Amino acid sequence: MSTENLKKTPLNEVHRALHGKMVDFGGWDMPVQYAAGVIAEHLATREKAGLFDVSHMGEIWVEGPDAIAFVNRLTTNDVTKLVDGQAHYSALTNLEGGVVDDLLVHRFGPEKLLLVVNASTTDKDWAWITSQKRDEDVALTNASADYCQIAIQGPKALEIAQKFTDVDLSAIKYYHFTAGMFDGTDSIIARTGYTGEDGFEVYAAKSEAVRLWNDLMEAGAEYGMLPCGLAARNTLRLEAAMSLYGHELSDTISPLEANLGWICKLNKGDFNGREPMAKLKEEGLKRRLVGFEMVDKGIARDEMDVYAGDEKIGVVTSGSPAPYLKKNIGLAFVKTEFAKTGQEITIDVRGRRLAAQVVPTPFYKREK
Amino acid sequence: MANIPENLRYSKDHEWVKVDGDVATIGITDHAQSQLGDVVYVDLPRAGDRFASHEAFGSVESVKAVSEIFTPVAGEVVEVNDALNDTPEAVNNDSYGAAWMLKIKMDNPNEADGMLSAEEYEEYLNANA
Repeated sequence: MSTENLKKTPLNEVHRALHGKMVDFGGWDMPVQYAAGVIAEHLATREKAGLFDVSHMGEIWVEGPDAIAFVNRLTTNDVTKLVDGQAHYSALTNLEGGVVDDLLVHRFGPEKLLLVVNASTTDKDWAWITSQKRDEDVALTNASADYCQIAIQGPKALEIAQKFTDVDLSAIKYYHFTAGMFDGTDSIIARTGYTGEDGFEVYAAKSEAVRLWNDLMEAGAEYGMLPCGLAARNTLRLEAAMSLYGHELSDTISPLEANLGWICKLNKGDFNGREPMAKLKEEGLKRRLVGFEMVDKGIARDEMDVYAGDEKIGVVTSGSPAPYLKKNIGLAFVKTEFAKTGQEITIDVRGRRLAAQVVPTPFYKREK
Repeated sequence: MANIPENLRYSKDHEWVKVDGDVATIGITDHAQSQLGDVVYVDLPRAGDRFASHEAFGSVESVKAVSEIFTPVAGEVVEVNDALNDTPEAVNNDSYGAAWMLKIKMDNPNEADGMLSAEEYEEYLNANA
């Protein structure tokens, strides 16, 4: 397979040396799993620690006197509520109230925000964000190519990461971050993640990536930490019922339908997509995202049809075995009247209707 | 380096066949399991079911993907490896042994002769790597 047209993170050679099985992920040459395999990687992250190369994610700086007002107009969460050193999850919405991308907004100061966006949508997001600039006094910088991002996740993440910095990591609250020295290089250390575990996402200069990764791998070995590929990243986020753009979210899906009402602050003032969103809320949702568990033996996969009796009521957005829960689970959009916990549904698995049941989400919640 | 036992016959769909008289034991190759990743579910037919050559008789599911399995030979299923219900991971750990899937009584006991030898299968893998 030729990979010359694919984008590569600074850790590409490292992944190959670790026997990463490389795949084309949204135009990026990324490891779907390493030698240990997806189940071992998933369990290591739940029980010990997992290390993830997420350097493909995009970083966009918004700086200037109107930074907060500008981002507040483009996203659904209330940026004015952030304090310095705090981040929040949000949605970048289009004028119809659909989702251009989901993202993290970090506040460095009253005039400085960092947006972290999905890899496969970075170019689209950048085009959208720059097109939305009016007379606001902001400078926009797409710094995606400058950074590496390494995520260390799991119950041992803090202990391992602490070896590399004088910053007291335990003092960083969940969804907060700090700029500091990490393994001898200027970094952003954020207590965020996409696994349902405690952990950190470390941003540093691209040139530091290999050294950072190797040092973390060496320090993590005695804890049973494993490098984790995209397959484990997906099953971990699915157990935690976190959305994946292109599956639970898209340009034509409202965040309200995807159970993201909690990041849609309709009363914060006007923002892109607010009006259609308010209208949708008033009229009532026609479909909702639900979690389900298979009752019959068998695995639901993305895009399979969902039925209640003979009626087609929706479609699976993410379906997979759940390695930690040892169940077959999934997320699906269904007509609202079938979205209640306990609802019996069937899923068309290659021509066979297999029984499943709507269950509460998240499927997995770590003990604090 | 792929693990390809000398004494078996192979299909281009990455099944192996071991012939004993007119009964063919069928499974998937080491290469196939390695491509799939961690196997979590094996869906097999019942004894008594009949299949034509190259017909799908079941599926193997890994965490990431589902893959159909095809019988290289026509005949009637005489035995199914039900143990794979409880230990699907055997497909990863012992694809030529504990993870055999079906025994088929062949309509034509010579049908497997037309399949790839170990050497030919290895060449086929190398050509398609």
